[in-house]
Formats: sequence, structure tokens, C-alpha cells
Amino acid sequence: MEKDFAVVAEGLTRTFNDAAAHKKIYALRDVSLKIAQGRMTALIGPDGAGKTTFLRMCCGLLRPDAGSLLVLGRDVVRCAQEIQSRISYMPQKFGLYEDLSVQENMNLYADLHGIAADVRQKRFARLLRMTGLAPFTDRLAGKLSGGMKQKLGLACTLVRSPELLLLDEPTVGVDPLSRRELWEILQELVKSEGLTVVVSTAYMDEAELCDSVIVVHEGAVLTQSAPQALRNLAAGRCFRLQPPTGVPTRILQACLLDDKQRVLDAVPEGGVVRFIASDESELRDLDVYKYFAGLILTRVEPRLEDAFMLLLRERSGDKFNNESFPIDYRSGFSVGTDVDIEVRDLVKRFGDFTAVDNTSFNVRRGEIFGLLGPNGAGKTTTFRMLCGLLPATSGSLSVAGMDLRRARNQARANVGYVAQKFSLYGNLTVDENLHFYGGVYGLDDARLDERMRMVKEQFDLAGVGETPTEQLPGGYKQRLSMAAALLHEPKILFLDEPTSGIDPLARRTFWRQITALAASGTTIIITTHFMEEAEYCDRIMIQDQGRMLALDTPAAIRCQDGRHLPNMNEAFIAIVERARAAEKGKL
Amino acid sequence: MQELKIFLRRLKFIIVKEILATIKDPRVRIILVIPVIVQSIVFGYASTYNLDNVPYALLDHSRSALSAEFAARLDGTGIFHRAATLQSSAQIADCIDSDAALLVVVIPQDFADRLHAGVQAPLQIITDGRNTTTAGIVAGYVGSVVAGFNAALHDGRQLLQIETISWYNPNLITRWMFLPAMLGLLTFIQVMILAGLSVAKEREQGTFDQLLVTPLTPGEILLGKAVPPILIGMLQGTLVLLVARYWFAIPFGGSLLTLYLTLFIFLASSVGIGLSVSAISNNMQQVMVYSFVLLLPMVLLSGMATPVRNMPEALQYATYANPLRFAIEAFRRIYLEGCTLGDIAFNFIPMLAVASVTMPTAGWLFRNKLS
Repeated sequence: MEKDFAVVAEGLTRTFNDAAAHKKIYALRDVSLKIAQGRMTALIGPDGAGKTTFLRMCCGLLRPDAGSLLVLGRDVVRCAQEIQSRISYMPQKFGLYEDLSVQENMNLYADLHGIAADVRQKRFARLLRMTGLAPFTDRLAGKLSGGMKQKLGLACTLVRSPELLLLDEPTVGVDPLSRRELWEILQELVKSEGLTVVVSTAYMDEAELCDSVIVVHEGAVLTQSAPQALRNLAAGRCFRLQPPTGVPTRILQACLLDDKQRVLDAVPEGGVVRFIASDESELRDLDVYKYFAGLILTRVEPRLEDAFMLLLRERSGDKFNNESFPIDYRSGFSVGTDVDIEVRDLVKRFGDFTAVDNTSFNVRRGEIFGLLGPNGAGKTTTFRMLCGLLPATSGSLSVAGMDLRRARNQARANVGYVAQKFSLYGNLTVDENLHFYGGVYGLDDARLDERMRMVKEQFDLAGVGETPTEQLPGGYKQRLSMAAALLHEPKILFLDEPTSGIDPLARRTFWRQITALAASGTTIIITTHFMEEAEYCDRIMIQDQGRMLALDTPAAIRCQDGRHLPNMNEAFIAIVERARAAEKGKL
Repeated sequence: MQELKIFLRRLKFIIVKEILATIKDPRVRIILVIPVIVQSIVFGYASTYNLDNVPYALLDHSRSALSAEFAARLDGTGIFHRAATLQSSAQIADCIDSDAALLVVVIPQDFADRLHAGVQAPLQIITDGRNTTTAGIVAGYVGSVVAGFNAALHDGRQLLQIETISWYNPNLITRWMFLPAMLGLLTFIQVMILAGLSVAKEREQGTFDQLLVTPLTPGEILLGKAVPPILIGMLQGTLVLLVARYWFAIPFGGSLLTLYLTLFIFLASSVGIGLSVSAISNNMQQVMVYSFVLLLPMVLLSGMATPVRNMPEALQYATYANPLRFAIEAFRRIYLEGCTLGDIAFNFIPMLAVASVTMPTAGWLFRNKLS
């Protein structure tokens, strides 16, 4: 019986010591599960749920504190060596040698695994064909795009034929097209080689492609079932609401989220708002009907994400703190005509590498402007030039009428900035950090005290004022970064990948805050690699390999070649494929 | 006026932040205080050219009353201790090679006869030249014993007597010369590395970008980064001063005000160098490498151990770019000689020149680092 399972865990527990906070953290707590052989199994859950810990334990890289774990019928503690020779593991950051070519990287991994020369040639040919890397065998791994790097990582992991393949978030920050291609490779392998695959992912659409889904949260398994069964958890409670013209979907979504009693989750998508109702019979009483006329409600089939959000909401209860960011739903929601940011023919080159090529756009006051694209598309470079952190090679840009790089320093007082990585002082406390930033932004003592109190309340930071920031959990750090950037009430807010690495519930709260800020007239420039987050923006710019591929409203971008595409992912794929075809046509 | 107020207010915030960020870590607090005290004490004991225990071997071919008297004079100094009494010249090499003696005194067979005859009697001294400094000092000590012996021999009739008085350090104790120099050396190393790490650490942790998007000007960031290391350096200098004055009881001859002013100007130039290193580095590791590449030549060219005027001319010119040289010179003169501000004012010029080049360079590099 046990032979049918590739992985069997029984009461698995693992703790880590958090030196900074002087406490024990449970990465996994009493986890029992079975993973079937010859199937694809997805591990889903927010960051920090314990997915990586579990995968590393399956490889024998971490020892369990308690419980047992059998991989391919062997105990991981006693037979780590044997297990490692039968499985392949691709960690989140795969160790590619950036200064070696694609071919050299593959040779190196084949040498490490002692693959015979004749087997090697056949295997290489197949892997290169599947990954589409065949034309690039001479290119240095460091010069590949994010998606190609992940595909090369996968090819190196698969230089030998394992019985079990473990993948840790192989598609994070990868563009939708490459994501789709990676999954096609995986599916082909499962079919042709009978491979068992365990993959952790943050993307629900990927989990839907698997045979079985395990939901992990805070070190525990919430549920394990087939995607269909999981989806059914949300059956009968999913609806879509179409806003009247002139009302942005994010406003309607915010209004639904504020209705905490009746709405469990809401997310803008494809021009409508998709939401989960707590009780079908209360639909008529929804607050949105008080504010907006002409709403069209339709029932929709549940998706995996709906079920996932439902499970998380049940687990963590009410996490939304919307009261501190009130939105007046009766006011008009139109973006003004004043231009806050103007960019003309912006170019940035690093040596012979063009990171940003000839980009022009402008952003109006009170607008949410999104820079979208996979890792390495040029978003962060564009963003850093706007903030004045990086000089442009050529072109002109102005923020609030000035180039921040050359502007007198007062211009920067109008701007708030949240970096991708937490970048406040780790050994200073929350209060000391806020006090410092408030002070250098020129708030006087009385105003500083008042603003500190306000932002701490708005961002749920009460009670941690005396805690050094390095000891805060991830969610707190993200909120503190926002609080510090908003202390001086900037007119323009720059946000670099603010939602990467935070859990889905925190992401809802974050966007609710952004919606409120924009409604009160703050201009927001935001980068993200989550394509679906484009739906919150008034306009978005899509970049790929340094070039601007599209610049328009989400609705216009979803409409490609006369077709209305259901979501941003497909729109992105359509746009990139068209751009690449045009490129080929030119050659 | 209003602008000045805003400037001072922002400066206050960044200085407070820098000091907090530096001293919040208890390990850093210890590193800033304990090593300075320990190093200045260790240096005070270890760095001395003075010899107070010289083992020697005697090869007395004369075997006369006079040779015995000479040997007794050597033993009577309290510095020379007879390690061996040799029988033949074949034993000399072994005695020196084995480090049993620092010198061998060879008294020739006709020593007494010649002295009685009133002619010059040569005395052979063999020293261990593997360390030229000690060999020279030992030979000098023997010379003074010989002079005393000569004087006694001629019934105290001395035709010529040289009386040497060393000003500012009458007993020529090397410690007196080293400890004031420690004031420069120890503060220099710590302050340069402290300033060097400050920007690189912020770059590494991503906080520097956050700082650059605030309304702070590069000048304000620069001052904010420079003041705390200077304050810490002044504190460390005080510790060295206390060790020199009270642990080693070296009399302080100058004015504290002059000393602290010199220390301040010197530290400003050191911080400038540190911040420039920091501004061109991407991470803390690079700072450490650059710092050590700079430190050794700067210490060698400082004149701390070897006089600058003994160096080749080209190197002497190079020392003008070395604030450590002028600081050490000034500290010694203020501490031992009691120099006034006017006497050492010239020393300020090279230090101020270094500070006025490195500080603006660092400030400019904050925003314009080549990527």
C-alpha cells in the first residue's frame, strides 16, 4: 500500500530558533500527509507557511525534530544519501553559474551526476528542445532572461532521470509566457516518464493543473484534495459584480471588502469584481447597493483561488483594517488632467546592455499607474530613474515638475518611496525609525508626534513601537515601510514590488489602502510582477526585455486583436507573442 | 535664518540616527572601547627599544686584575648579566647563534700590559647583528661602561667629558615617544573603518536608497555620517590619553585644548578618507579590503616607528598626503614638548587639505557612484 506513495509524512514537526526575537518558530507543526506516485502534487500557501521547509526535508537537507518522513519508501534521516541519489530538487534560487554558457552549465551538472556520454547527448537534445534553449547554448547563463534562467535551472535539475522531482516555487517572478512553457514541460515529463512531481507555488492557476493540492498555512496542512473537490468548498458563494461606467473596479472592490459581515473576499478581474459572499441569502443587503446604481450581479463557478481565500479567511479571521482608510463612495472617481510625472524617450544602458529602451509616458494626478513585467523586464530600472536613484543615459523625465536627480531637495519632500526590500534601520525601533524619517522630511515636533500616532494606528503598529524593526514579522515590516513613506503625506507615492512575499490577505489590505490613498488624490506609481494586480491600476505599462510593449487602461490591454481576453495573464502572453513575432518579421 | 534652522534640525535627526544605529549594538559598544584601552596598554609595554636585561658572554684572555675589574663594572650596571664565561674563541659563534648572549666581550691577552704601559688597549665586542637596533644600543651601553672605566683608571682625571641631556624625554624611554603616537594610530584605524562601513552597510541593507529619496542634501548626509565617527574618535583619543597619563605616568606637557583641536582636525580628515572609501564600495567586504590596502602604507609613512627624514625623498613627499604623519608629529610635540597652537599650525594644513578633498568627493559619490 505504502508503495503507491512517493512521500509519506507522519506527525512531522520542525522548529527554528528566532535569535532576534528569542523564541521558537514552528516551520512545520505535526504534519501528516501522503503524496501519490506518478502524479503531480502542488503545495500552496502564503510565504512562510512551511513549503520550503517541507521540500528541503524531503531531500534530507533538514532533519525533522519529531515525526517520521518516508521518501520513496526510505526514511529521510537514515537513508538521506540513497534518497538524494534518486530524487532531483530545484530550490527557489537555483545555483546556475552565471559566467558559464548554457551548454557549460548543463555539462557541469551532468558531470556532477556522473551521466555517461551517450546518455548525455540524447538527454541534452531532448531537454534543450523542450525548454526552447537550443538556439542559446552558447549564451552566458547570466545574460538569460528570468524565465529562460528558470528553464535552464529545470534542464540542469533534469540532466538525469529522477524518480521524484521536487520544485520550490519555480515560477516566481517569471513572465506568464515562460510560466506556461515551464508547466508544459512538467506535464510532458509526467506523461512520458511517469515522474512524480511535487511543486510549491504561489499561483493558483498552476495548482489547478495538478492532480492533487495540499494547502499549507502557518506550518500546518489545512487540507489535501483534488483541485475540483477543493474548488467546491466555495461552490454557490462566488459572484461577479459589474460596476456602472465611470466607477473603477477597485472602488467597487473596496466597497465590497468594507462590507465585512457579508463579503469574505473580493478582487477586481477583467473589468468586474469577483467576490465570495458569506451567505447567499444576504446578497440583496450588500452595502454596495446603497452607493452605486446599475450594478449587474452574476453567479460564477468557483475557482481554486476562491476556495484558498475561503480557507485562509476561516483560519485567520478578520485581518482587514479598513476603518483607518475611509473612502467616500458617494464622491466622483475621475482622475484629473494635471500631469504629475512626465517621461520622454527614456533610455538606460549598462555597458552594451539596454535595460530600458526609449520609453515615454506620463502619469496624471491621483492616478494609480502600474509598471508590469516579469523580473528583468526593466521595471525596477525605470522606477529607480523616476525616483532619482539612477541617472538616465538619455531622455528626459520630470516628477512634480522636476527631475528628482537634479532637483533642489525640497522637490523630494513631495515624494514617498517604498523599496522592494525592507529598507528601514533594523536595529532601531519602530518609533526611532518613524521619528527619524518624519524629522528629515521636515515635520515639526507637534506634527511629528501627531503623524506618528496616526500612521501607527492606520497600519496596525500600535504596541510594537519599542520593538527593533529587525524582530518584526514580514507583514509588520511591509506595513511599517508604508507608514514611514506616508508620514509626511506625500503627493506622489512610489512603490517597488510592495506585494511580493506577503500573504494574500495582506495583499487585499494593502490594495485597499492604495485605493483609499488614490481616492484622496495621491498619485501612485507601483511595480509588480503579479499580472492580476494590474486590475487595480488606472493605466499600466507592460515592459519586456527593456522595451515598452503596451501602455493603456487594463480594459484596453485585455482587448487584443479585437478579442476580449479574460485576464491580464493571457493579455500579457498575447502582447509578448505578437511583439516577438514582429521582431522575427523584421529579421 | 529659516533655512539654517531647517538645516540644523535635519542635521540633528540624522546625527541622532547615526549615533543610535552605531551604538545600539552592545557588541559594537564593546568594540569601540575595550580594544583601544587594551591596545594602548599592550603597545606601551611592547613597543620599547630600551634594554634593561642584556645577557653577555665574556672571553677573558688577559686574566688580570684589570680585566676582572672591567668585568665587574659590566656586571655592576644592573643591565648586563653574564650568561657565560668562555674559554676559547671557538665558543663565540655558538653563544651568539643560540641567543644565549646578545654580545660577547673579548679581552685580549695583552690588555693589562698595554694599559700599564699607558698605550691604547683594544677591546673586542661582538654583537648580534640580526637585530640592528638592539646591537647598536648594546654597543652604546658598553661604550659608556668603557668611558667610566677609563675615567677611573686615570684617577678621575677627565680631560673631556660629554654630558648628554635629552630634552622632553630625559631618559630616552621609547614608550614616551610611542604613546602619544598611539593617539593618532588607534583612533585613525577605528574611525576610518567606522566611517567606511557606515555608507557601505546602508548600501548593503538597502537603507541608503531610502535616505537618498528624502529631502536630505548630500552635504547633510555627509555631515550626519561624519560627526558620529569623529565624536567616537574623540572619546577613544581620551581613553588613550588617560592610559598614557595615568597608567604609564608620562607627564603631559601641553595644552589639552590644542591637543583636542588637533585630534578633531585629524579625525575629520580620517573620516573623509573613510567615507570616500565607503562611497566607492558596494559592500562592507570591499571597504575592509580597501581600508587595509590603505592602512599599512599610511602607518609606515607616518613616522611613528621610523623617522620620516630617513626616507627617500620621493616617499617624503608622499607623506604630505598622509594626515597620520602630521597628526603623530603634532601629538608628540604637544604632549611631550608642550607646543602651542602657533608651533604646530603648519601641521594642520596638510590635514585640512586632505579633509577638504575627501569630504566633498565622498558627498558627490553618494549620488553619482559609477554603477
